[in-house]
Amino acid sequence: MVELSLPKNSRPVKGKHHAAPSGAKNVKRFDVYRYDPDKDATPRIDSYDVDMDTCGPMVLDGLLKIKDEMDQTLALRRSCREGICGSCSMNIDGGNTLACLKPIEECNGTVKIYPLPHMPVVKDLVPDLTHVYAQYASIEPWMKTETLPPSSSERLQSPEEREKLDGLWECILCFCCSTSCPSYWWNGDRYLGPAILLQAARWINDSRDEATGERLDNLEDPFRLYRCHTIMNCTQTCPKGLNPAKAIADIKMKLVERAG
Amino acid sequence: MTQAAKSSARPLSPHLQIYRLPLAAWLSISHRATGIGLTAGTLLLTWWLAAAAYGPDAYGVFSDFISSPFGLLILFGFSFALFFHLCNGIRHLLWDAGKNFSIEATKRSNAFVIAGTVVLTAIAWLIAYL
Repeated sequence: MVELSLPKNSRPVKGKHHAAPSGAKNVKRFDVYRYDPDKDATPRIDSYDVDMDTCGPMVLDGLLKIKDEMDQTLALRRSCREGICGSCSMNIDGGNTLACLKPIEECNGTVKIYPLPHMPVVKDLVPDLTHVYAQYASIEPWMKTETLPPSSSERLQSPEEREKLDGLWECILCFCCSTSCPSYWWNGDRYLGPAILLQAARWINDSRDEATGERLDNLEDPFRLYRCHTIMNCTQTCPKGLNPAKAIADIKMKLVERAG
Repeated sequence: MTQAAKSSARPLSPHLQIYRLPLAAWLSISHRATGIGLTAGTLLLTWWLAAAAYGPDAYGVFSDFISSPFGLLILFGFSFALFFHLCNGIRHLLWDAGKNFSIEATKRSNAFVIAGTVVLTAIAWLIAYL
């Protein structure tokens, strides 16, 4: 359902301001979405003046500096700090990306930081990913086979067959794409969204998998697949440079080819 | 509190309010808006055909309306929506064939759709007035 405005309990109010330490000369303002389920009735936007002379280059560096030195109550997910774990996905400067891969200097003026859009918020920048993980499980993201593997080796692929997985296996499930998609915002309860559909394509394109037909059957649905209207936000926002829109189009084409 | 009740009490993170929509997304919503506009515009088309079938008096009423400034504005909007929907429709056709999905190709087709709409609308109105 299209709901353009936020529910009453979700509209952020102005929060606290945290000034830079005295003597800081090169200061950058960070506006950060905050919500504490134990204390706040509604979310708020706290602002932090961060001393850039003692801060690393990436937005994640800024957030960790805030957490370490200015406000320890800030909650966020992070792990690898090099764009491979997908934990620190969030909305920065109006677009979804990984905080660890986003240079602070690319943000003009105030750095505005929100959780991934249109998600239930657990705390601050931590969204509840239960539903997307359940959707991920629904596409059965593992190799399904009927035949026995060769007795003397693993299941082999030709280099050409392996190439069909390029652009798909690199996905780190950060959900920047799914949460950038207006179709997923309005119909995320039933539409699988770009991240999950890209994963579905990863298994459909795997030459070793023997459940291709069953996988396509599962996607042939007005909502699960066909809520994709090629809006292209997913491809433009993917921090790994992948192309979920193209993966979805390939699935649609496979369904057309199969129908004959 | 159950898990379900807890999660429904959670606030929804901001979306349209904060997302900086890329140009392609604006063109996408415009595609739908022009589609709805064109559907409404077929009423105008029906009026035109029905008026022509009824005879000179009925056609005169239609003619007076459509050549009034307001009528011309509606007609201009209709033609603009038609050419936009056509150009963006061609882009959707190519997308459905699995082509032009890169970010660069999307930027190019954005420009094609906008330029095509402006040029085709201008040509149509030039022909009408020359």
